[in-house]
Amino acid sequence: MSEQTLARPAHQGFDLNAALLVLLKARTFIALILVFAFFAFAAPNFLSVANLVIMSKHVALNAFLAIGMTFVIVSGGIDLSVGSIVGLCGMVAGWLILHGIDLGLGFTIEFNTFEICFLVVLVGIAVGAVNAFLITRLNVAPFIATLGTLYVARGTAMLSSNGETFPNLNGKAAYGSDTFRLIGAGDFLGVPISIWMLIVVGLAAAYIARRTPLGRYIYAVGGNEKAAGLSGVRVNRVKYFVYMFSGFCAALVGIIIASQLVASHPATGETFELNAIAAAVLGGTSMSGGRGRIAGTIVGAFVIGILSDGLVMMGVSAFWQTVIKGVVIIAAVVIDQAQQRFESRLALQAQAALGK
Amino acid sequence: MVASEHPVGLSIRGGTKVYPGTVALKSADFDLRMGAVNVLVGENGAGKSTMMKVIAGVERLTEGRILMDGEEVVFRTTDDAARHGIGIVFQELNLFPNLSVADNIFMARERTRAGIDIDRRVQREEARLLMRRLEHDIDPDTLVGDLKVGQQQIVEIAKSLSQNARILILDEPTSALSSAEVEILFRVIDELRKDGVGIVYISHRLEELLRIGDYITVLRDGQATGARPMEGVDLAWIVRNMIGDASKDFAKDVEHAFGPEIFRAEEITLASSRGGLAVDHVSFSLRAGEILGIYGLMGAGRSELLECIIGGVTHYGGRLFVEGKPLAERSVSGRIARGIALIPENRKEDGLVQILSIRENMTLSSLKAFATGIHLSLKREALSVAEFVRRMTVKVASTEHEVSSLSGGNQQKVVIAKALMTKPKILLMDEPSRGIDIGAKAEVFRVMRRLAAEGLGIVFVTSDLDEVMALSDRIIVMSNGRVTGAFDRAEATETALVEASSLGHGPDAGHAGRFREAS
Repeated sequence: MSEQTLARPAHQGFDLNAALLVLLKARTFIALILVFAFFAFAAPNFLSVANLVIMSKHVALNAFLAIGMTFVIVSGGIDLSVGSIVGLCGMVAGWLILHGIDLGLGFTIEFNTFEICFLVVLVGIAVGAVNAFLITRLNVAPFIATLGTLYVARGTAMLSSNGETFPNLNGKAAYGSDTFRLIGAGDFLGVPISIWMLIVVGLAAAYIARRTPLGRYIYAVGGNEKAAGLSGVRVNRVKYFVYMFSGFCAALVGIIIASQLVASHPATGETFELNAIAAAVLGGTSMSGGRGRIAGTIVGAFVIGILSDGLVMMGVSAFWQTVIKGVVIIAAVVIDQAQQRFESRLALQAQAALGK
Repeated sequence: MVASEHPVGLSIRGGTKVYPGTVALKSADFDLRMGAVNVLVGENGAGKSTMMKVIAGVERLTEGRILMDGEEVVFRTTDDAARHGIGIVFQELNLFPNLSVADNIFMARERTRAGIDIDRRVQREEARLLMRRLEHDIDPDTLVGDLKVGQQQIVEIAKSLSQNARILILDEPTSALSSAEVEILFRVIDELRKDGVGIVYISHRLEELLRIGDYITVLRDGQATGARPMEGVDLAWIVRNMIGDASKDFAKDVEHAFGPEIFRAEEITLASSRGGLAVDHVSFSLRAGEILGIYGLMGAGRSELLECIIGGVTHYGGRLFVEGKPLAERSVSGRIARGIALIPENRKEDGLVQILSIRENMTLSSLKAFATGIHLSLKREALSVAEFVRRMTVKVASTEHEVSSLSGGNQQKVVIAKALMTKPKILLMDEPSRGIDIGAKAEVFRVMRRLAAEGLGIVFVTSDLDEVMALSDRIIVMSNGRVTGAFDRAEATETALVEASSLGHGPDAGHAGRFREAS
């Protein structure tokens, strides 16, 4: 490595700047610690194991969606349909458990838990593929395309049961579907199954983002689609991946909720997409694309989740909770902008120190 | 030329501008003379644009004074400056492509009835008058997005004139213009000069400056290193003041033998979005180690031709061959894999992902080479990036910084490195020297020469006559989508090139002769 071209400028005040930058970068994490510490004091029973488990289960639902959403937003798009996919997938799971698939030949196919999950996930991915098809092949703006599938998926969920709830999804031991409940209720080493799933999906997503060509392409497409295309990135494939992955995450949430409630209701998941977007943005994802991290998004989801659960425990009115959530999101974006400016100034200074 | 003929309309005394971390201007002096063309030159980052931003009210001086007619003035905003009769045409055009010419000219200063209702008729009339004054027949109702770059420049100038600008700053007005369009612009400048307008002219094209300038100011590292009337100024003087004593020359030509044919295009045809053909049955061939220059005006179809070859557009007709074998791949990535790489004309929009780091930009085309299965080896990537940073002499503080923090020349080197990392056999370069200073330009040309000597075939597009003459082994000229001339280096003359490049323009467009590449 050559000294002249890659020399690191070591001018004074650099350490201070670097420290400030670290602080700004870790702001969501700091916010998480602050929120956590605050409720540990202010809300009774906040630190009890039972409460922590319940809370983490709540957070996990939003975190799944937010992970998928992060990829979509980083690629320069938006996915409004995830909440509806949650509802639809819950209904599909309920249907498969209760009715199986009637082939119309006088007998029906029943499924075990694994097969049910597999099929439901396929449904979620399929909806994501439809989104991607509309966006890439038919040139529909992501906002509109996913708004459309939001309505279609929700409507389909309603149609599947005429708006009724599928109750008692206990499954039947004979078909091997009685284990369906465990997804939401079971635990492994004292940690709920849904949290294990979150860990696996989160790690996988972070790996994809950081250590695979695909991940890099997602960022490139979001940063400058034209340049990415001319550089040989298969833009449409990247888009297919992000929307299908988002659909996959939403399907997981649908399964978990149906399992936790042992029932599925077609209105499940309404406005979930907004919470997912909020978590991603809180975690530092830029709505204009090209910037964002999975870890940040997960921390963001935890901030939002702990904030709302903590406020409930403190007995703060639901209306105020909504206001506080909004303020937190706006504050996050304002600080994010400050960080961007600060960071680019540092880069410019370092470049200027080199001389032209 | 006597100085008293041209009174000083504006001057800067001891102008210093400090940006966080850099000093862009160091107590620089500048006199702007009315009724004359005041030329401002300097390498990228020498402080030209900063000085002009100060005059136009975009930035304020940290220290120093601006004087107009002997009185100190302070421009807090661009409106302030406009009120003092200062208009600026930025390097990057600030127009709204979705609005009409008249709408653009009167943006934020609409002619209205009762303050709310836009009087389109008056605007259209005034716009038409301005266009007539600028010798352009542009309908005020045309959308700016439908105009050529050269025409857009005229609209920008009209916009300044409509504000009764007495001082007009043109920041690199010709960087996107063809030589015919440059002529028109020069005529316009001449008219304005006769009307007593003080013009500041910034350009990297030194020959232009010699031609049009009345006074010259040279900036280096934020200081004015030379200022005098244009008489007796020659290229050597400018270059000496610009970059100090160590003069940089264009790459010297080292002769080398050409290899076999490496690439061939046959009858490439692309329909234009505005009707007609953007690329009209173009054929050419390229040998290994050869530099083929494509000369032509803006809109002659040169960039479109390159986009067909790289696969950026897919609805074209014709056949492409790499090393004699047909190029069946339709996708860009497939063609990169076959050994074609493109350096696009528009760095900012097509070449780089501005918010990604230098490293991520460099490896974007060649990531697969650093991946085992789906796993990316960041270590191998970093090593390779460091090697290319050294080879291309990119000046970077850290490869992790955003690519947008680099100067134009260094950004261009990143784009070239990105293309080279794919180990191409054929390199397509679209205006590789656009908007970069002579130092960086010379380096880019040296790199091109070296690559050709290493056996790469290079196709490069330019509207700069000197460049195409100096660098090419063979030249083809395009006009109106067609090949209108093909020359060997030995037989090419500037006149012949210019003549061929204007074929097919004007009223007899349909009957222009068509030449075919014979090789």
